[in-house]
Amino acid sequence: MTQLPPALANWFTAKGWTLHPHQYEMLARAGDPATLLIAPTGGGKTLAGFLPTLAELTTSPAKGLHTLYISPLKALAADIRRNLRTPIEGAGLAVRVEDRTGDTSQTQRRRQRADPPQILLTTPESLALLLSYEDAPRLFAGLQRVILDELHALAESKRGDQMTLLLARLQTLSPGLRRVGLSATVEDPPALARFLAADTGILLADPGPAPDIAMLETDAPPPWAGGGGRYAIPAILEQVKRHRTTLIFHNTRAQAELFFHDLWLANDESLPIGIHHGSLSREQRERVEAAMAAGELRAIVCTGSLDLGIDWGDVDLVIQVGAPKNVKRLVQRIGRANHRYNAPSKALLLPANRFEVVECKAALDAVRDGTLDGEPRGPGPRDVLCQHVLMTACSGPFDADALFAEVITAGPYAALTQAEFEATLDFVATGGYALRAYDRWQRLKQTNGRWALRDPRAAAVIRQNLGTIIDVETLKVRLRNRVGGTPLGEVEEAFAATLTPGDTFLIGGQVVRYEGLREMTVEVSHQPGRDPKVAVFNGTKFATSTLLTQRILDIFQQDRWPDLPAHTASWLALQREVSRLPDAHSLLCESFAHDGREHLVVYGFAGRNAQQTLGLLLTKAMEDAGLAPLGFVATDYATLIWGLDAVQDAAPLFDLTALQDGLETWLAGNAVMKRTFRASAIIAGLIERSHQGRRKSGRQATFSSDILYDTLRKYDPDHLLLQITREEAMRGLIDFSRIKEMLARVTGRIETRRLPRITPLAAPLFLEPGRIPVQGMGRERLADDAARRLMEAAGLA
Amino acid sequence: MIPRACGWAADASGGSISKAASPWGVALAAKPGQFDRMSYAIRLAAEDLVARASGALFWPAQELLCVSDLHLGKAERMARRAGALLPPYDSRDTLARLEAEIAVLRPRTVICLGDSFDDGASLAGLEEDARLWLARLMAGRAWVWITGNHDPGPLEIAGTHRAEVQIAGLRFRHIAEAGGAAKAGGAGEISGHYHPKVRLAGKAWRCFLADADRMILPAFGTYTGGLWADDPAFDGLFGPAALAISCGGTVARAMPKPRASTRSR
Repeated sequence: MTQLPPALANWFTAKGWTLHPHQYEMLARAGDPATLLIAPTGGGKTLAGFLPTLAELTTSPAKGLHTLYISPLKALAADIRRNLRTPIEGAGLAVRVEDRTGDTSQTQRRRQRADPPQILLTTPESLALLLSYEDAPRLFAGLQRVILDELHALAESKRGDQMTLLLARLQTLSPGLRRVGLSATVEDPPALARFLAADTGILLADPGPAPDIAMLETDAPPPWAGGGGRYAIPAILEQVKRHRTTLIFHNTRAQAELFFHDLWLANDESLPIGIHHGSLSREQRERVEAAMAAGELRAIVCTGSLDLGIDWGDVDLVIQVGAPKNVKRLVQRIGRANHRYNAPSKALLLPANRFEVVECKAALDAVRDGTLDGEPRGPGPRDVLCQHVLMTACSGPFDADALFAEVITAGPYAALTQAEFEATLDFVATGGYALRAYDRWQRLKQTNGRWALRDPRAAAVIRQNLGTIIDVETLKVRLRNRVGGTPLGEVEEAFAATLTPGDTFLIGGQVVRYEGLREMTVEVSHQPGRDPKVAVFNGTKFATSTLLTQRILDIFQQDRWPDLPAHTASWLALQREVSRLPDAHSLLCESFAHDGREHLVVYGFAGRNAQQTLGLLLTKAMEDAGLAPLGFVATDYATLIWGLDAVQDAAPLFDLTALQDGLETWLAGNAVMKRTFRASAIIAGLIERSHQGRRKSGRQATFSSDILYDTLRKYDPDHLLLQITREEAMRGLIDFSRIKEMLARVTGRIETRRLPRITPLAAPLFLEPGRIPVQGMGRERLADDAARRLMEAAGLA
Repeated sequence: MIPRACGWAADASGGSISKAASPWGVALAAKPGQFDRMSYAIRLAAEDLVARASGALFWPAQELLCVSDLHLGKAERMARRAGALLPPYDSRDTLARLEAEIAVLRPRTVICLGDSFDDGASLAGLEEDARLWLARLMAGRAWVWITGNHDPGPLEIAGTHRAEVQIAGLRFRHIAEAGGAAKAGGAGEISGHYHPKVRLAGKAWRCFLADADRMILPAFGTYTGGLWADDPAFDGLFGPAALAISCGGTVARAMPKPRASTRSR
């Protein structure tokens, strides 16, 4: 049992603070090898994590690194540094705390390696970099404790998988290392505990009172489609005036920017309002954070960059704009409001369109019933392991057996077989190709039983590529006929690829018309006063839980909707009148022409993964039937397919047996697989990340990862990276058994409604992000038409 | 596919191709254009040429096949230089596609327009079966290696090695000479080097760039990227009526060459 040192105890007493029971309990468990603390936001989690460190460093001061704190966000590291300063300086403790992130200067980083602070605050990527240096054993030899903050968020991604491998490495360098995980409420604490370490003790803090959540109802009706919630700005300003500090969360950065712009225009009383998201410069972010901490702001418009546990003090209202997609995320988000531990958090949901009104209603019911949701994560992906082996090689020669033994202590890799590990090592060392023609294919070589980089100079490139976050390739958007000038913004390259001239989308606060691509720039023209046709692909796409999906279907089945706002009830009634509302026993398909293209909507309500798989299957069937599909987009509820020819009866498209021929080729060749391959190839170290500016100067020297994908499929179909790609894609798709199940349920009840125009329920789908192009005969016909039109226009035909 | 036995099929509608008594049994009519999905005919400095969907250029009158920027041995070069360990199948894939074109078109002469090898050591680093494969393709026909910036030195391989070569009205070199073709009074120039590509129907395609005087070929090598056809690097090389002929699929189709200097449609 670690005691609270008198200096700290006295200081707490002087401030009139008493520790929460779980904070005492963390001191009591200070000697345990691994502890997972699950506490609501505002419960003093972070202090609970650091108390044993402060106690140990006060009782027996020692130089060198004692505690490593790892958070998924740079901003969090800086915030914690500020917050720790208060008790450390207040109690007069001689403890040095520093942070180290991508924002830290080179000089500072070098100094930290030579003379480390006792507490270092960092991110998984910066830790990977530290561990890749030859001096890592010296730096971490005396490490006593590691604190992983917001573990629930880390555990959802490859960053978390990488983190567990780094922990295994740290444990080897410092066998006595104790681990602490801090997490918001999760649905399966033992699973998260296994993720942290094999022998983790779980400490559940008092969850506090139930949150106070409601839907923000407005006089102005929300639009049929689209996001952003700008229709509700007067109502939101009213709420901001009534509260001390309001956080306004958006699902994407673009939406946050647009909303902030309009909010500012409507802000007649000049209330101090700020904006915070990951694309802003460090200076801008820090300015807002400081103003917020000083209580100078009445509202902050923000995205997920403020999502994770930053301690803002006086927030008393959280507004979530747009559907929260999953309930767990919603509960974690609203934990932000009212940081007083024993007061209920207050939050308002603002649906951005009428479909989201239904979603919000379903989400609120779920929160009231206390049902959290979430998908279990599969075993640790091997592209991350490839990178880990490379990183290990950077720090010095290693023994393969020892590394394998170390790796399987990491929770997600516990079930990794020796053969799988050897295949991974072989890929890193030689490329792992079936063709073994050359001794030149050697990145690692074995000397005296130990593996080392063949060329030590390769370490610099490997270090530059560490990390599992894959930046998407973006293109600048400019107005045509405007030479120079600032671009309107950036869109993802994959999004630009789905555009055809004439499409309109929203960027930088205005609706623009896509004209064409020129070099690496998207050219657009003004299109004032028109609703955008497609959404900018941006931000994370969260899957709605199956639980919410079922609740929504239940709402649809009601005769009337007295619980919903009148505008949404009449919107649903209109859908029932012009088409019908989907139910669980049949499969509704709507077919209509819109904006010069034919569309088919399949309301499967089967979850995003299944709907995405369905999109791939149906476009294959349409291709076979000569219906020239051009692309599709999937949501949790429906798949929208667009193409050149109309589908009169969708039922024959669902004949799975007829689909078998060439299905594998179709699936392997689709854009989802190619994107997945690119991400895995970067993480595994097969291709380098494209650094800012390099792509342009690289010009014809660099070639698309699609070429590597196609080449491997042709000549080496069992290659490790293709195995990884298939495994990864399966996380985003689902196996056919689920689709077959759904079809068996609705067989004979597939109904196609051919309609004169877009329906109310289909409208939101047109602004969904994540559109997937289909490369088939439709694309060829489009290319023929486009080329012919261009030739005619130029008088060359 | 174009069956050799019957020569170029006559095109009733446009009459772009007609059978005639050339040594190869083929001649092109005056009017260029599309005559099958895989071939687009174009007239350059009074010579009739065919841009193929494969990215190769065929000259029926000379029974000459021209490909550019094979970059054989690219993966090997990167591995050798401690770079990425890319899949070592690029050379065989490039050769397989070249072989397919040779089998269909049966050229008497093949010109490789430079950057045939990714660097000076790539030839030596070529796997044995790829070398034999290449030798088989070269057997029984004239083979010209044009020097490129990637493979400037003398190469230890059979065939003729030239910095550039003139055949009838056409001059073959690796890099286009600015103003050269036009100033030389319409002398046709065929070159490579730039790997042009173009965007059509939301997709990137390798492409030929051509006007009446000059043509730039797409890269034929598997591991090659591209330079957008509207890149300023092409400014001053082409006249206003230049075409981009997209290939890299199963169809060769023409469109106006996008230009960097025009800022409106």
